[in-house]
This record gives sequence, C-alpha cells and structure tokens, in this order.
Amino acid sequence: MSSAAANPGSSLASASPVAKSAPPPRLKVEQVTYAYAAADRSAPNFSLSATSFQAQRQEIVAVLGPNASGKSTLLRLLAGVVGPLSGRIEIDGVGLGDLDLRTRAQRIALVQQESELLFPLRVWEFVLQGRYPYGRRLRFESDKDSLLTGNALAQVGADSFAGRWMNELSGGEKQRVILARALAQEPSLLLLDEPTQHLDVGGKVELLRRLRRLADEHRYTVIVVTHELNLAAEFSDRIVLLHKGKCLRVGSPVEVYDRGLLEQIFEAPLDVDIRPNGRPRVTLRGSE
Amino acid sequence: MRTLTARRVIGACAMLLGVLFVVVVISLRMGAFPLSVRDIVATLFNGVLGRRERIPSEFALVVFGLRLPRIALGILVGAALSTAGAGFQALLRNPLADPYVLGVSSGAALGAILSLIFIPHVPGAIQAAAFVGAAATITAVYFLGRRGGQLDSATLLLAGIVAASFLSAGIMFLMTTLPGRDLRGMAFWLMGDLSSPPPTQNVRAWFVFLFVVFAIAAGAIYLTASDLNLILTGEKEAQHLGVNVHRVKLVVYISASLLTGLAVSVSGAIGYIGLLVPHAMRMLFGNDYRLLIPTSALGGAIAIVVADTLARTVVAPTELPVGAMTALAGAPVFIYLLRRRVR
Repeated sequence: MSSAAANPGSSLASASPVAKSAPPPRLKVEQVTYAYAAADRSAPNFSLSATSFQAQRQEIVAVLGPNASGKSTLLRLLAGVVGPLSGRIEIDGVGLGDLDLRTRAQRIALVQQESELLFPLRVWEFVLQGRYPYGRRLRFESDKDSLLTGNALAQVGADSFAGRWMNELSGGEKQRVILARALAQEPSLLLLDEPTQHLDVGGKVELLRRLRRLADEHRYTVIVVTHELNLAAEFSDRIVLLHKGKCLRVGSPVEVYDRGLLEQIFEAPLDVDIRPNGRPRVTLRGSE
Repeated sequence: MRTLTARRVIGACAMLLGVLFVVVVISLRMGAFPLSVRDIVATLFNGVLGRRERIPSEFALVVFGLRLPRIALGILVGAALSTAGAGFQALLRNPLADPYVLGVSSGAALGAILSLIFIPHVPGAIQAAAFVGAAATITAVYFLGRRGGQLDSATLLLAGIVAASFLSAGIMFLMTTLPGRDLRGMAFWLMGDLSSPPPTQNVRAWFVFLFVVFAIAAGAIYLTASDLNLILTGEKEAQHLGVNVHRVKLVVYISASLLTGLAVSVSGAIGYIGLLVPHAMRMLFGNDYRLLIPTSALGGAIAIVVADTLARTVVAPTELPVGAMTALAGAPVFIYLLRRRVR
C-alpha cells in the first residue's frame, strides 16, 4: 500500500461534522479487496486493494476518482453484487454476506443507469417495484405499499407525472423516478452510480440538493460514485479518493483535496482554494 | 394509481371463462350431426352433474365421444402454448418470443418422433421426449442468439427460425424413411393438428394426466409472476431488488419447455399462439404477469377452439390443420410487431 493510503481510524470518523457516537456505524468497510483473474492460471488482477471507511446516518460519502480507479468495483461490493476477496462490509453491524437477497434489498438501494424498457410501464408502476422486497410470492400490493410509493414520488417531486409512461420522460425526470423507486425500498443505505452523468448543470445541483435534504431529513446514508470534484466537495461529508484500484485517502473534502495529490491523480494542472463556507473548490489552471 | 388486486385478476378470468364457454358451445354445434344450443347446454350440465341417464345416447356420443375430447385437447394446447409464450417472452426479454418462432415446437416434435421410433409403447415417453427436445432447442437457440455475451433480439429470432427449419427438415426425413408414412401424420407434426384420437381407450385418465402436467408447469410459472415483472424491467435491477434471477429463470425455462413439449406431443407444432395471445392480452389487460399469465392461458384456449372450429368448417367436409389457421392469423401480426420494433 502506498504511504498516502488512508488509515481511517476513529480520528477520521469523528472528524466528520455530523458523526454520531452511537455504535455501530451505518456502514463499515474494513480492509476490503477485490480481484479477478483474467485467466485461470494468471496472477489475480487487483481492481481494488485494501479499502476501509465508515459512514454514519445522515452522511453523504462521495467515492471519487478518475476512470478505472475502482469506483464501480467498490460500488458493486457495497451493493453486494460481488463479494470481497478479503475484508468485511457491515451494515448496522451485520455482515453484508449474511443477508439474504430480499433483506439486503430492504437495507440497500442502488440507483444506476437503467436497462432499456421493453414493455411500457407507467411511472407509478415503476416506483411500486421498489416495494418488491417487502412482498412474498404473488402478494398483491397493500395500501401501505401505495402510500409509500406516493411518498417516494412526492419526495423527488415526481408526483405530478406519476401517470405518465416511463419512456416519455426526459433524462432528468427519469433519474428522479429511479431515485423514487430506491426510496420506496425504505433503505438505510442509498447507493448512486454516476447519478449526474446525463444531467445539465441545473439538474446536477438539484439532484445533490435533494440528496442532501433526504440525508438530513430521512437519515439516509448516501454513497455517491462520481468524478465531479466540485459537486462532491460542495455536498458531501466525506470523500473516499480512489486511484488505480487503491484507496489513497479518506476524510472531509478539505482533508482530501490536496492540490498536488489531485493533480497527480487527474493528470491535469489544478488549483484548489477554500471558499468562505469552508468547502474546497477546484479549478483548472489556465496556461496564461 | 390503481394497483393490481386479486379481485381484478379473478374478474378478468371470469369474463374470459364466460367467453370460452360460449365458444365451446358454438364449436360443439358445428358439424354434420345437428344439435341445438339448448341440447348442448342441457347435455353439458347433465354431464357435469353426473346425470348421464338423462342424456339421449346419440347426444352423449356426439358431444362426449367425438366433439368434446377434441375441444378439450384444443383448450389444453392453447393454454399451454400461450403460457409458454408469455414465459419465453420474459425469460428472453423479447416480446416476439414464441415456442414456434423460436424452433422450440419443432424440437419438441422431433423429440416426440424419435421416441415413437425407438420406444413406441412406453406410456408418457412421447411427452418426456418432447420436453427434452424443447429444452434442448431453447438452450441451443439461447446460445446461438448471443452476440458478445449479450442476448441480441434479432439474432435470437434468426437463430430460432433457422433451428425451426433445420429441425423440420429432420422431421421430414424421419417421416419419409419410416414405413407406413402418411402425409396427414407429417402435417400433424409440422403444422399442428387436433384431429388425432387419444392414444388410449381410457380417455378420462389421459386428459387427467395432461391437465395435471399442465397445472404443475403453468402453476410454477405463475408463482414467479411478480419476479418476472421485475426481470422484464432488467435483470440486474431485479437482482438488486431482491429477485433470485437465476432460480426464476431456471423455473421458467423448465416449465415453458414442459408446456411446449406437452402441447406438441398431442397436437404437433401449432404456430404463433404463444405470440398472438399474450400480445392481445397485454393490450387488453396490461403487462403485469400476475394478470397476464392466467388471461393468456384462457385466451389461448379460446383462440385454439375458435381456430380449430374454423379449420374444420371453412372447407367442410375436408378439414384444414389448425396450425394453418393460426399461421394465417399469426404471421402477419408477427411481421407487424417486428416492423414496429425496428422503427
């Protein structure tokens, strides 16, 4: 591990402005590694080496890094799609591997690029699918499911177009509906994979404000994978900085946004200054 | 926001059952021996209530001996093919999937013929062999239909069509080399036909066997209906929402193959029902599989009874194979759906 590698002990956790002392943490990632072998006999190809961090209730954690830094691998590990090669991931003190599929879906919701819809579906029908982990077999949806679906739609401001078809929505509207389905799962952990990718600047800011509000008011823990340096600095409580499959640093935006480190990772001349609200801001240094 | 309730499912099914009853009565009326609707209804009710002594013997012979077994077979085949079609559409995430178009029916027919050649007198062997033929074909078509590790819709359909024509050639070859070949038998396996009499004297036991197998396989698919709804929106999304995608796909794969094998073993390869009927039911009742599976089963039964009634009356006294009727209606709809998707 490089000398810059994070050592996320309790000191870092308590450095967070909203950290609570109540054990256990919402999410605990301990020395997690992941590797795959390209061929049976070849040496394992590490796509993520020893990564550790914690996240509390009401926290937004940004997983930051350039392309091929291991961001997606980390998210897949957190979502339980793949199991770690070594190390342990815990949610509220319970190992992720010990949860069955439905229980996991009640704790963790993932927002990502959706597959193409082959059969038409209305917005509310799509969001109602978020209630699946709470049903059994052919159980038809209860009044509670309808109520929570309505709440989820309202929380993302999509209740006005609940009756429209999914394939008629704009990119931003669709993103909100996908988020609403995740909220209908009533998860404790909300994972988002590059949620700002297809949004314009206004949409990006709106989405992150919404996430901030959801985390504050509904005590979600939000993990966002992104490469938007400034949005991450503005809205997150904690940054996990990844580079080439290594976790280089974990901490508050101010702690992580080191000019030399960022320049080296993103391979671009950058300036970092601290804004009046205490959040760092990264700008591309011009050639003048 | 109007969520699906058990009441709505039962209501839709009751309506379709009513339509099926009317269609069955009309079909029972058609034929050389004249019967009035009143006679038919009275005969049916007395038959159901077990009051055989009240039925005139010639009515009993025509209704229970001749016409009803063929209708019952049609109901079974239609329900099985439509349920299998809806299952394959979810399994392959392809709205154009159908046992006939994918070559699965031809595979089942070839399996059935092979069992007739090698183990002709084992009870249930035809059904088992047809199931193996169906399962093997869908496996082959699935792997041939992949491009770059992904299931490609157009490639899958082409693979199915090529598999169907290859397997049909195999059926032709076996049929012509067999002693005592007849063109009717060939049409039975290639086009689908309901005119064959039951293979045993004990007609009732035979139908009980067929309907029990149908109920088990269709019931297994129905139990995955909620899971299939999610799989249709995307497999990885379904997995994240807690669906055991592998297990569901395995259940549907086995059950849909079994249903296809069952239908083909008694009626040959009747085409397009598995495409046409679920599509019509989607337009009528929506895409929720909890409603789509039972309505498709009933709709398939209605469609085959109608098609078979037409097949034996439009050019009477000659009969057409029922598969010719379904292909006449199904092929244009398939082309329409294909073109609408391409656009």
